[in-house]
Amino acid sequence: MTWVNAVVQGVLLGGLYALFACGLSLLFGVMKIINLAHGDLALLGTFGVLVIVEHSGLSAFASLVIVLPLAAVLGWALQRMIFDRSVNGGELAPLLSTFGLSVVIGNLLLEGFSADTHGLSAGALETSAWRINDELSISALGATIFAVALLVLGTLQLFLSRTTPGKRMRATADDVITAELVGIDARAIYATASAIAIATAALAGAFAGMRSSFDPTLGPTQLIFAFEAVIIGGIGSLWGTFVGGIILGVAQTVGAQIDPSWSILAGHIVFLTVLAIRRGGIFQA
Amino acid sequence: MSFLEVHELDVRHGLLQAVRGVSLNVEQGETLALVGANGAGKSTLLRAIAGAPPRPAGGRIVFDRSDITRVRPHERVAKGIALVPEGRHLFPSLTVEENLQVAARRGPWTVASVVEAFPILRERLHHRAATLSGGERQATAIGRALMANPRLLLLDEVSLGLAPVAVEDVYRSLKTVIESGATIVLVEQDLTRALTIAGRVACMLEGRIVLEGSDLTRERVTKAYFGLETAA
Repeated sequence: MTWVNAVVQGVLLGGLYALFACGLSLLFGVMKIINLAHGDLALLGTFGVLVIVEHSGLSAFASLVIVLPLAAVLGWALQRMIFDRSVNGGELAPLLSTFGLSVVIGNLLLEGFSADTHGLSAGALETSAWRINDELSISALGATIFAVALLVLGTLQLFLSRTTPGKRMRATADDVITAELVGIDARAIYATASAIAIATAALAGAFAGMRSSFDPTLGPTQLIFAFEAVIIGGIGSLWGTFVGGIILGVAQTVGAQIDPSWSILAGHIVFLTVLAIRRGGIFQA
Repeated sequence: MSFLEVHELDVRHGLLQAVRGVSLNVEQGETLALVGANGAGKSTLLRAIAGAPPRPAGGRIVFDRSDITRVRPHERVAKGIALVPEGRHLFPSLTVEENLQVAARRGPWTVASVVEAFPILRERLHHRAATLSGGERQATAIGRALMANPRLLLLDEVSLGLAPVAVEDVYRSLKTVIESGATIVLVEQDLTRALTIAGRVACMLEGRIVLEGSDLTRERVTKAYFGLETAA
């Protein structure tokens, strides 16, 4: 039963990884850029929630009502100021500019919050759990995060497949020059994708802050987990990203079950194995 | 003032000057065929009017009294210019219906009227564009341009790479569009077809228009095509 528990906890953790990864996947799918600042932008969301909680007395969940629109606006602005300029500058320019952005955000957070660890309270959800038996229980926070991840990815999938703006986003991802020639404003599409990506990253960052302690240096680690979930699932597939997140989460918790020090390593090994066997990921688009 | 005016347009692909000081007028409701050998600059001229890269190195494009030389492609579509690019350039991950929907603007052309004009699409609406035959792709590309309800339709090599039967199908449907009073500039390699369908023909050679007129014989156009007649 301990193994079943490890798998269940891994699935729940995978929901969080999928939430981290969906923005990265969307931005790569639409704009063909790898945003190396994704983890730090998620962490910016975490600290944004922390600041609002500490200064307004709002709960972490209520703070999201302020943080998520701000993250979307930040995503929109970053697209106009950085991504849009770098996307036309060759393959290396987006990598360099987002790497620079990552360093800037990381240092600003260190400057503002020092290297101390912080935590966010999830209120009653933090201590609530459904106890199945002595060895298996499902935490209310973990289940909530998983449900929200499912909802976000499902809504995104519906947006892309059923709405005209979503179809225009897919058309732009297919061929940006032709998209412009049929009347699609590609810059507006890119800005929308960027706004969605950064908002989902901030949401994932906030949940990660409720789940465990955090500090300003955590961004690159979150980026790696998000990146691994995208690659395992297959670039360009949102459901693939969801499954990729779950596989990564299960690998880490099962690895930890074998030996606590194997947790992160097991995730990396699964990632490398998928990369070696099926380079395009499980749900190769 | 003409509906479309191109003044002394220069377009370069790197070091190669594809269009050299081309001036051209198109009146509303007219069908103009651009003919010429491969590399004459026809497609580059058409793409420059639609706003596709590269940007013109010189000259001006005026559409319906408004200078559009620096206007972005999607804004030109909003002004009423639509291009059917050479090679179709459909969105492969989208279905035929989605390819039409993403270009939709208010006007008489809808998915239903496109299917009526191009019946070969009726059974293929829910198939991905990547799975279509050449004729179906061309019909989808023309339909997609029509969905923008353009006032000026630019057609680049619509018969290129199609089986003769598919060419007939496409041109039969195009005739409906032309008879509806649309203004059309089309690039066509087939001189006979160009002279039949267009009210006026302009022949390009090495980036320049070398012959232009509404009552040209096939012999004159053929000579200009091969650089044997250069009086514009």
